[in-house]
Amino acid sequence: MASGVAAWLPFARAAAIGWMPVANCPMPIAPRDHSKRKDELIILNVSGRRFQTWRTTLERYPDTLLGSSEKEFFYNEEAKEYFFDRDPDAFRSVLNFYRTGKLHYPRYECISAYDEELAFFGIIPEIIGDCCYEEYKDRKRENAERLMDDQEENKDAKLPNMTFRETMWRAFENPHTSTMALVFYYVTGFFIAISVITNVVETVPCGYKSQKDVPCGERYTVAFFCMDTACVMIFTVEYLLRLFAAPSRYRFMRSVMSIIDVVAILPYYIGLVMTDNEDVSGAFVTLRVFRVFRIFKFSRHSQGLRILGYTLKSCASELGFLLFSLTMAIIIFATVMFYAEKGSSSSKFTSIPASFWYTIVTMTTLGYGDMVPKTIAGKIFGSICSLSGVLVIALPVPVIVSNFSRIYHQNQRADKRRAQKKARLARIRIAKKGSTTAYLQTKRNGLLNELLDLTASEVEQQHLNKTSSLLESQHHHLLHCLEKTTGHEFVDEQLFEQNCLEGALQPYRSHSRTPSASSQDGPTGTCCSRRSKRGSTPVPNASQPHMLTHTLPQSPGLQELSAINIQCAEQQLHGSSRSNLNMQTNEVDRRNTRQQQQQVTTAIISVQTPSTGSSASDEDHDHGLGLPSVVTTASSNVIKVSAL
Amino acid sequence: MEREEGEGELDGLHTLAIVLLLFAALKLLYLLGLMDTEDKNDDDLEMTMVIHRPEGLDQLEAQTNFNKKELQVLYRGFKNECPSGVVNEDTFKQIYSQFFPHGDASTYAHYLFNAFDSEHNGSIKFEDFVTALSILLRGSTREKLQWTFNLYDINRDGYINKEEMMDIVRAIYDMMGKYTYPALRTDTPRQHVDAFFQKMDKNKDGVVTLDEFILSCQEDENIMRSLQLFENVI
Repeated sequence: MASGVAAWLPFARAAAIGWMPVANCPMPIAPRDHSKRKDELIILNVSGRRFQTWRTTLERYPDTLLGSSEKEFFYNEEAKEYFFDRDPDAFRSVLNFYRTGKLHYPRYECISAYDEELAFFGIIPEIIGDCCYEEYKDRKRENAERLMDDQEENKDAKLPNMTFRETMWRAFENPHTSTMALVFYYVTGFFIAISVITNVVETVPCGYKSQKDVPCGERYTVAFFCMDTACVMIFTVEYLLRLFAAPSRYRFMRSVMSIIDVVAILPYYIGLVMTDNEDVSGAFVTLRVFRVFRIFKFSRHSQGLRILGYTLKSCASELGFLLFSLTMAIIIFATVMFYAEKGSSSSKFTSIPASFWYTIVTMTTLGYGDMVPKTIAGKIFGSICSLSGVLVIALPVPVIVSNFSRIYHQNQRADKRRAQKKARLARIRIAKKGSTTAYLQTKRNGLLNELLDLTASEVEQQHLNKTSSLLESQHHHLLHCLEKTTGHEFVDEQLFEQNCLEGALQPYRSHSRTPSASSQDGPTGTCCSRRSKRGSTPVPNASQPHMLTHTLPQSPGLQELSAINIQCAEQQLHGSSRSNLNMQTNEVDRRNTRQQQQQVTTAIISVQTPSTGSSASDEDHDHGLGLPSVVTTASSNVIKVSAL
Repeated sequence: MEREEGEGELDGLHTLAIVLLLFAALKLLYLLGLMDTEDKNDDDLEMTMVIHRPEGLDQLEAQTNFNKKELQVLYRGFKNECPSGVVNEDTFKQIYSQFFPHGDASTYAHYLFNAFDSEHNGSIKFEDFVTALSILLRGSTREKLQWTFNLYDINRDGYINKEEMMDIVRAIYDMMGKYTYPALRTDTPRQHVDAFFQKMDKNKDGVVTLDEFILSCQEDENIMRSLQLFENVI
């Protein structure tokens, strides 16, 4: 709970009087404040510098070192103060956290020293306020990267037991690991270069044949074919080896580099298959274009290329916007030019799409001159077009370039912050859940407390009460009063969903055992039913059509048995015997199950040893607090976090 | 031929005129649009910082049922959370919601705020706070019931009708949240209100007056007992 909450708890509890007239059930007893300690000043001596604060200030966060009884370990009897052998400068921000509820990260402080101080005093860094959180995270990340850089140099050491496959994969990924890998790396690089050069040279005209320029490819067909074959064989072997060595073949086949590999070597094989058919040779020629993709194989060899590709990919939105605005301008000017030139004869501006070409050429200041406006209006607009082209293209480019780096980094930071925020909120939610599960856990403990109230002595009672702070118990009492007011109880989320599921799955169980109070009974049927069972006859209500109504037989033996079984039923709520609870198909809620539960378990389940263990608890049901459903899940963790 | 060329040029000029007019209109709009946006930045800086200091400690001690030490503790907590000396509704809702993490406490906090805010000016001063606490914790039964009646009577007309009660009860149920056992149904609040009116409305006229309320509450021993529950809070 936050600092303010502790101060306002008395007010919240007082305001609970507003629920009293509305409540149907009596309220639980308030926790007694056994030791009414007066607020006193505490002296904290941190390496010689004395800090003083109220005791209640420290107790705002009971799950930190200073707020809990852990500080007693540091108590110095002679000087009547608490002595901590820590850095006093860092302690300032720790103490300010208690005072103001906000944790700040001082910039002059070393990040790891600060972390250690926080860990010592039991404060989680996630609650650093928004003003300082980003700085803290940045410094932490820098630090982590620095440490990681030191570690990465040792990463290349060869692990002793790697399979042949793993060695090969490592060789492919890091060519510097072994000489074989390096040789392979250079060989493939060489062949990529050869292949690209071959493709280029193939089209150069060399020599004449029947008064026509003939490209070298057609003159030296065999040589080029051999070269191509050799390259493709190397590439195929490489691809197959990579495929074999890949740890996840499916993922490898989906990766960009492997697709490039496939596209690079496919035309050759397709060409092999269909050399003789004249019709498809045209298509075959087109396929040869894809051989240029081999140049992209260089990106495995060049880090810079990879970064460029990544940058373009990440700035795609900015480029897209540039393209969009250019398109808009082009369309506008093309339209204007078309209508301006419409009147003139022999105009090249035959249609608006035809004018696109003119607009693009003019705006990029190329000015080929194949399309020229002839009318005066056309010339005017043509000049406006070229002027605006200069502005539209030349001006934003540096702005966009600088925007690239700014937006790029900002995006990264925003994504980081969003990811952090999700994680932070998740952690805070866990902490909140911690406080709610704490309440549910304490309810179970409360059972023990209430029962021991009667039977045990003062000493044991105090011993039990010490387990949770007074603040906690008061807060839980408040929540308990709310439960009593509404007649419903807080349950765990999982349990709630399981209940709903149960409701859907188990419609018609054991119709012979029936509820005596059904859904119409409403709030009075749940909490007060226990009371009514003991004394008066409960009201028989009309229930859903497929359930019979019985009144509860009022034999005292059954009462007691059912009383005990209340406890059992609660236990079994998170046990395996939920199937015994009656449910209607169409309704998911289970307001009538309280009574049914008790009925049902009498017959079916053997009485498990209730945790409370005493049927003398019957007398205590006066307050109707009786036995709220002990719905904590098995994994109840009472680790409360001071985030709130 | 000449006429054709003349017409062509006229046509071109025609389009030219129209397009230039369009551009000019757009530019004017643009300028106007641009010029409007500059003025908005200044108003945000004026945040009214209202600081309120409470009356003297002696006066407060005389007006309420607390002694000096208790007032000191209360004020320290109050000032810590609200340095300006007043609580506005949002802060109040935030504070109150922290006690009920399961559900949504804002509606009930709103009604509570109105009950605390005796001057109905949208903020609670320390005096309001302490006066209300004094009634709730140290007041007589009649005073407590009167305070509760004021809480329920949302429109302050002296009568509680079913709609007001429905709002209050629904607000209370909202605080429970979604995950309850047994699961909340949509008509649970209505049934609760009906039961309440059954008990409280003596002459069955559809509204509950202050006297009916106090009378009915005094008859119910559960309520009487629970009113004494929080006496040792401070």
